[in-house]
Amino acid sequence: MILGLYNYWVVVVLMMIGFYIVIAHGNLIKKIVGLSIFQTAVFIFYISIAKVDDATAPILEEGISKYSNPLPHVLILTAIVVGIATVALGLALAVRLNEAYGSIEEESIQNQDNQEC
Amino acid sequence: MRDLFAVIMMTGIFGLLSASFFVAMDAVDVAFTEASVGAGIATLLMLTAVTLTGRSEDSERHKPMWALVVVFTTGGLLIYGTLDMPYFGFAEAPVHQHVAPRYIYDSMQETGLPNIVTSVLASYRGFDTLGEVVVIFTAGMGVLALLRVERRPGIDQIMADSIFYLMHERHLILRIVTKMLLPFILLFALYVQFHGDFGPGGGFQAGVIFAAGIILYAMVFGLNTARYVVNRTFVRSLSAIGVLLYGGVGVVSMLLGGNFLDYDVLADSPVAGQHLGILLIELGVGLTVAAVMVIIFFNFCGRRDLP
Repeated sequence: MILGLYNYWVVVVLMMIGFYIVIAHGNLIKKIVGLSIFQTAVFIFYISIAKVDDATAPILEEGISKYSNPLPHVLILTAIVVGIATVALGLALAVRLNEAYGSIEEESIQNQDNQEC
Repeated sequence: MRDLFAVIMMTGIFGLLSASFFVAMDAVDVAFTEASVGAGIATLLMLTAVTLTGRSEDSERHKPMWALVVVFTTGGLLIYGTLDMPYFGFAEAPVHQHVAPRYIYDSMQETGLPNIVTSVLASYRGFDTLGEVVVIFTAGMGVLALLRVERRPGIDQIMADSIFYLMHERHLILRIVTKMLLPFILLFALYVQFHGDFGPGGGFQAGVIFAAGIILYAMVFGLNTARYVVNRTFVRSLSAIGVLLYGGVGVVSMLLGGNFLDYDVLADSPVAGQHLGILLIELGVGLTVAAVMVIIFFNFCGRRDLP
């Protein structure tokens, strides 16, 4: 059954949305939003790999023998917090660019640079 | 959408929705983190950044047709690539054969913790987590380097006074509700921190929740009042102390004759040593994450209040 792969397709669609925002929009804040959607798509990809049918969350309990795979959970848990720290760094760069150029639009920044040369 | 405010609100909703995806896929720890980070702190930081940069987008999209072609080509190739992947929820997939069985079947004897995610995070892959904490610390320092404002004391006082009066005349209900909720938020953060060994939770989530409590206080009572309560130098040193505590546990375990971050040697029995080591490094993680989030928020807001 090829429909059993639907989790990957959801991830691919989310990734395409994020990717499109990153390359088609000139606004730096929107680019960061696009990157974070892309990032969440990767998170969902990992977590969907860890899922096992009829299993429960990986917290040991009497009388339960099937658990989902804990390793991707660990990787993604730390990646989420690292992700927000790097997003904050990106936003900080955008704020500084806005102070220097008076704009966070890619094209207007590029034009100002070209005029200076 | 041209209005960045709406875009950011949608991103927050998306964060909350993806957190519920994670619950549906049995990843409770991850969902916990995503709910507090994606729907909480990320939305807040983006909103603060937008107040600094203006909320409307005015440029045309560049060459949307070409972008669409590139995106659809990539997407098509990726979908072609998934055709060989194991089905969703298939228990015999290769990913479940490698180290996962050891974590599931042996972690109770080796670390004595029921929450496998915590024992993998803090013990089996402790070195990895140390790296992540250093990355968070570095990002916090980067924001500090980019956005720090040296304040002149006179202006500080005038602004503190004006905000103080503003807050006392308006938002009465908000202030009282915040004051009532704040102890519970901080207490819940501590519960998440120390109960992470047994249920969902741990240093990462607790740090974010603790920081969210302080950020709520700063939003309702003004940045200067919050700075008066939470000393900046103290927060900065706290973020470093967290990393040092984590690294220090590793060095101590090395001095006691084990490997770096091998907690077996920290106490009389390996399981007690594991308990102690995991507790300490989770504390280090919590301190660093909370301090870095507070640093990031304070510095963004400090820019905005610039006269």
